[in-house]
Amino acid sequence: MSKVRVLVGTRKGAFVLESDGKRQKWDVSGPHFAGWELYHVKGSPADPNRLYASQCSGWFGQLIQRSNDGGKTWEPMDNKFVYDGVPGTHKWYDGTPHPWEFKRVWHLEPALTDPDTVYAGVEDAALFRTTDGGKSWQELPGMRGHGTGSGWQPGAGGLGLHTIILDPKDPKRIFIAISAAGAFRSEDAGATWKAINRGLRSEYIPDPDADVGHCVHHMAMHPSRPGVLFMQKHWDVLRSDNAGDLWKEVNGNLPDDAGKRGFGFVIDVHAHEPETIYVVPIKSDSQHFPHEGKLRVFRSRTGGNDWEPLTKGLPQSDCYVNVLRDAMAVDSLDSCGVYFGTTGGQVYASADAGDSWNPIVRDLPAVLSVEVQTLA
Amino acid sequence: MSGRIIRVVLPAHLRTLAKVSGEVQLTVDGPVTQRSVLDALEARYPTLQGTIRDHVTKERRPFVRFFACEEDLSHESLDAPLPDAVASGAEPYLVVGAIAGG
Repeated sequence: MSKVRVLVGTRKGAFVLESDGKRQKWDVSGPHFAGWELYHVKGSPADPNRLYASQCSGWFGQLIQRSNDGGKTWEPMDNKFVYDGVPGTHKWYDGTPHPWEFKRVWHLEPALTDPDTVYAGVEDAALFRTTDGGKSWQELPGMRGHGTGSGWQPGAGGLGLHTIILDPKDPKRIFIAISAAGAFRSEDAGATWKAINRGLRSEYIPDPDADVGHCVHHMAMHPSRPGVLFMQKHWDVLRSDNAGDLWKEVNGNLPDDAGKRGFGFVIDVHAHEPETIYVVPIKSDSQHFPHEGKLRVFRSRTGGNDWEPLTKGLPQSDCYVNVLRDAMAVDSLDSCGVYFGTTGGQVYASADAGDSWNPIVRDLPAVLSVEVQTLA
Repeated sequence: MSGRIIRVVLPAHLRTLAKVSGEVQLTVDGPVTQRSVLDALEARYPTLQGTIRDHVTKERRPFVRFFACEEDLSHESLDAPLPDAVASGAEPYLVVGAIAGG
């Protein structure tokens, strides 16, 4: 019978939750790395027992942990993330040049076919890769060396490269996103990059239609249609039908927020329906909690514009948690499961594509990331 | 000439990472300085590399402090000799996670 494993990164450790295919009873193990921030934990599609975790702290810096047994035991791997060549500068909050400084790994993206190859998105924004299972990391310098790099400026959360999407049909194509530079695409396995931000409109930058400078929060893609991308931007939910060459807003009937719509962090796609997408609208860029104190996932079955609120089983009063950018994932069972974690420590799961929800654990530290593995 | 045995106390998180309990005892050849002790510590426990000092600059991480003999040595030269009591093993060299918060 199928199993589901949910990998949860929190402010104070990692947790591994497992259930059978019914997804009703969950075993919780953890905290792993108690007391450390776990920005991201993700399994290899090529070997589900191979997990990678980004562990960091303000005291002791960055560590990378690897498990070969599905999260039962872990071993620390190389934690040396050194920028290639002379790092140079990006733009600081006050507009002055600021040296590139490694701070943490935001996101780990294991390769689709090789468990020893993993991409790491880091702050200050850069892309690293290991091809030896985490024993050593090398920067793919073309990303940070993009001609616009010296003008990138951090968002409130830092200059993080937080999204990495690998194209399952073209091993040389990679999409990434950076706050607050925007989205980029490589067609040559990460050697060179093109900014793909046409159609994004951001009123918080001097030129709302600039090539770079947009605060992209997250992106998602259905593996069967790698040319179709969905984006949750600082404001606005968008889609692109040409691999990011042009974006269009699909906020539709998402909740009105003083004349604007579509602020949020997460976005994900149903495992079997490429036009069914999920977001969690958050009230404004300064309040960072759900509208009206109601935790609602919004689902569109039309790839955007037409949205329905999903509320069954979710708190509909006095709820003021946030759902961070890497904290939503789906399983690939026949009835698609959807999972998300909150800054209040709850992980909610739906075994019916969002129609109803249950907290599968409710009192963890603030959740930073949620990933799901569907196991045979 | 055989090295000196130096006692080092690590903060709890780094003891967990290094898979040790209690004090660590290190053999240090040559002059006993903060640098030579930290070099020996990282050589013995490679997983600690980058957690106490920056990988590249070898500078102390901002929220890590070095104490010995009731003195804060965090801002002393890494190449200055450590107190005799540390060099003789009478007193430990302490790596401390700074108080941050309130």
